[in-house]
Amino acid sequence: MNHTPQLNRRAFVVGATAAGAGLALGFDLPSGGPTVVGAADGTPEVNAWVVIRPDDTVVIRIARSEMGQGTLTGLAQLVAEELECDWNKVTTEYPTPGQSAARKRPWGSFNTGGSIGIRTSQQYVRRGGAAARVMLVQAAANEWTVPVAECTAANSVITHTPTGRTVTYGKVAEAAARLQPPTDVKLKDPKDWKVAGKSMKRLDTADKTTGKMIYGIDVKLPGMLSAAIKACPVFSGKLRSFDEAKITGMKGVEKVVRVGDNAVAVIADTWWHAKIALDALPIVWDEGDNAKVSSASIAKWLEEGLDPAQPAFVGNATGDAKAAIAGAARKIEAVYDYPYQNHAALEPLNATALYTPDKCEVWTGTQDGERAFTAVVQASGLPPDKCDVHKVMLGGGFGRRGTPDYVRQAVLVARQMPGTPVKLLWSREEDMTQGRYHPVTQCKLTGAFDADNNLIGLHMRISGQSITASVTPEALKDGMDPFTFQGVSSSGEAFANIGPARLGYTIPNLLIDHSMRNPHVPPGVWRGVNGNQNGIYLECFMDELAHSAGQDPLAFRRKLMADHPKHLAVLNAVAERVGWGTPAAKGVFRGIAQQMGLASYVAAAAEISVTDGNKIKVHRIVAATDPGTAVNPAQIERQIAGSFVFGLTGLFYGGCTVKDGRIEQANFDTYNSMRIREMPKVEAIVMPSGGFWGGVGEPTATVAAPAVLNAYFAATGKRIRSVPLSNLDIVFA
Amino acid sequence: MAKLSINRQTVDINVEPDTPLLWVIREHIGLTGTKYGCGIAQCGACTVHIDGVAVRSCGVQASEAIGKQITTIEGLAVNGVLTKVQQAWVNNDVPQCGYCQSGMIMAVTALLREKPRPTDADIDEAITNICRCGTFQQVREAIHAAANA
Repeated sequence: MNHTPQLNRRAFVVGATAAGAGLALGFDLPSGGPTVVGAADGTPEVNAWVVIRPDDTVVIRIARSEMGQGTLTGLAQLVAEELECDWNKVTTEYPTPGQSAARKRPWGSFNTGGSIGIRTSQQYVRRGGAAARVMLVQAAANEWTVPVAECTAANSVITHTPTGRTVTYGKVAEAAARLQPPTDVKLKDPKDWKVAGKSMKRLDTADKTTGKMIYGIDVKLPGMLSAAIKACPVFSGKLRSFDEAKITGMKGVEKVVRVGDNAVAVIADTWWHAKIALDALPIVWDEGDNAKVSSASIAKWLEEGLDPAQPAFVGNATGDAKAAIAGAARKIEAVYDYPYQNHAALEPLNATALYTPDKCEVWTGTQDGERAFTAVVQASGLPPDKCDVHKVMLGGGFGRRGTPDYVRQAVLVARQMPGTPVKLLWSREEDMTQGRYHPVTQCKLTGAFDADNNLIGLHMRISGQSITASVTPEALKDGMDPFTFQGVSSSGEAFANIGPARLGYTIPNLLIDHSMRNPHVPPGVWRGVNGNQNGIYLECFMDELAHSAGQDPLAFRRKLMADHPKHLAVLNAVAERVGWGTPAAKGVFRGIAQQMGLASYVAAAAEISVTDGNKIKVHRIVAATDPGTAVNPAQIERQIAGSFVFGLTGLFYGGCTVKDGRIEQANFDTYNSMRIREMPKVEAIVMPSGGFWGGVGEPTATVAAPAVLNAYFAATGKRIRSVPLSNLDIVFA
Repeated sequence: MAKLSINRQTVDINVEPDTPLLWVIREHIGLTGTKYGCGIAQCGACTVHIDGVAVRSCGVQASEAIGKQITTIEGLAVNGVLTKVQQAWVNNDVPQCGYCQSGMIMAVTALLREKPRPTDADIDEAITNICRCGTFQQVREAIHAAANA
């Protein structure tokens, strides 16, 4: 066919746009060395956060990945704010991790997980914008031979105030690039923001409405072949053999290759040919002992960990909870569980690799370009300066695309076709059964009351899987996984990399501990992460405690939250907006929940009705977040609404089960996802209180399920302690 | 070799007759705006129009599409002028990751052709595409905006 769309150059060749004359500015990271390289001589060297072309176009380089959450636009707003440039002339592009490695990491981390995209890079991207502005103004002052103090910059125009002379950024960019960057720049107070903090439209929308946006699956290189892959369905199992002769002669097939020790791939002229050949390929796996594992065997093992006598890591403790429970006037107890969940990003995992003995390049959607880059280096066996990763738009991530297993596979495949680019695309079935699943846990909660119905003790025993132990074992603290206690920890110190997630209640005798039990199913971070189960466990149990004490769930919580004003503020905000304490519409019932996660304070109130005892209509969600600083309120509102689709999909439809050591759900027919019909009206309250930077992509997902489950209790008097609801024959009305 | 009519053009294709139309469009014709999400007609990411009707192209064989008018997301805008649905998507900043939106826009375009002023109930019934990012609230707003444009 002659119709072969070319890869979007903006996504494809990062360096090209800065090849012409213009300003390329780098700047110091807090921990980095000076990396400023001017492009004033016209050489196509890229060294910058800010590039300004002669036509005044501002190219802002963003290291973090866009997967729908709006990071690209938000970070560009922060740079533009300090740069004082014309927002209408802003475009963005990705530097490559290879370029970053070659230049002492001027862009810092590429990691885009844990809702950290903006909040952990905001300071140095703003400094980048500010440094560029200072240099541009200095260049203009030099040209005019006037004191720099007499010049101002706004909207990409520099003005010499006494004479009224003006010049645009594009005209002085080349001269600015020759200047030394300032060693110190002053950042604006957010209250003075004009671009940041505003609901600017996303920068990447147009191409997403015309089919032009290039995702990893759309990458096309000259002479490219496609590959389909199957890894051993039992995790940690191996590939024993395959009978290639059975598919010899199938149309388009070029090669059948082993991939590592656990997978086989078919390489063909088209992916469809590769897939049908792979489906026809007889494969023998060495499944190993894990083939005996089932959901039931995992549940039994986790249940044993609920015994208070079992050893456990202590995540949060005050007073003597066990003694308080033993001596209580009254106590109540409940056991909850939360299942495996798959990310099921709509774009199945994929990566395109071109390997030669001298070079290895990969084009892929990744949440962490540097982790993907490391995978390329390791899998290719080539030195880092011979490798690179070209990032393209992600068709969803939700945590899954932070693990570069698919990148590694693509390189291992391409190594067996030197000189030929190969696109490795997972089938949906492979994507569903080779996940990095939301960890499986159970939880036993015991609450103790004194004779006056005051909560005097709480023991929350979590039993189950640790993400950290599998993904970043070096982050364990003497074996303990601090991350397990997301949302219920006492301080933020254990969460240095993702920000605090503190418990919002003061309980005199408290013990929250974790019996770590790691089944063979590989876990990963899944939108909301450990806040998902901890939110259900604690917030539903708080509801149980309140009802047990004969108290209003909001009033009961408030009594415990006096020392946690920010937690309380978001809870109060949703309660007020939903009309808590006033009658709901006939047949409508309310539930509330609050939590802190990924450095933001969030709360939700749900209004639901239930018919026939099992058909839930979620009429309305009111959700509040205090992310400290809000860079783009409209995008935050969209993240909040979307997080309820994710959280409620997990509650109603989620749950991956294990049989014979493998995941049973292989496509959306058995792992369903909410549709528009089921979408409640989400009213978002964005209430930044200033002074800190919290995440916005994930935190509200963690209060979605508990708010609805508490409303279900209000409606039916029945307490649900297990996810998903589909297992209990409870459905959307 | 067969002729396929797509986006107001006729193209020659050389594929096995049972190749899913999705893969003909993506791999043989080279139009990648139509997305693969599930392969079993569950998610709607591959939605195209066949003779004006929204169809999930992963479940249609190439042979079934011959002689019919196929429209993909690339075929909506004429001479770069967005349709009112696409324009409403831009105005309402609907897409997040955007991967499902080609299919979503094709499904909505077909709905509005049939029901120019759809009610919420009409939308609930007709639009069954999966969006994992959760853009449904903006999708609904944009559908009404397009209907009123």
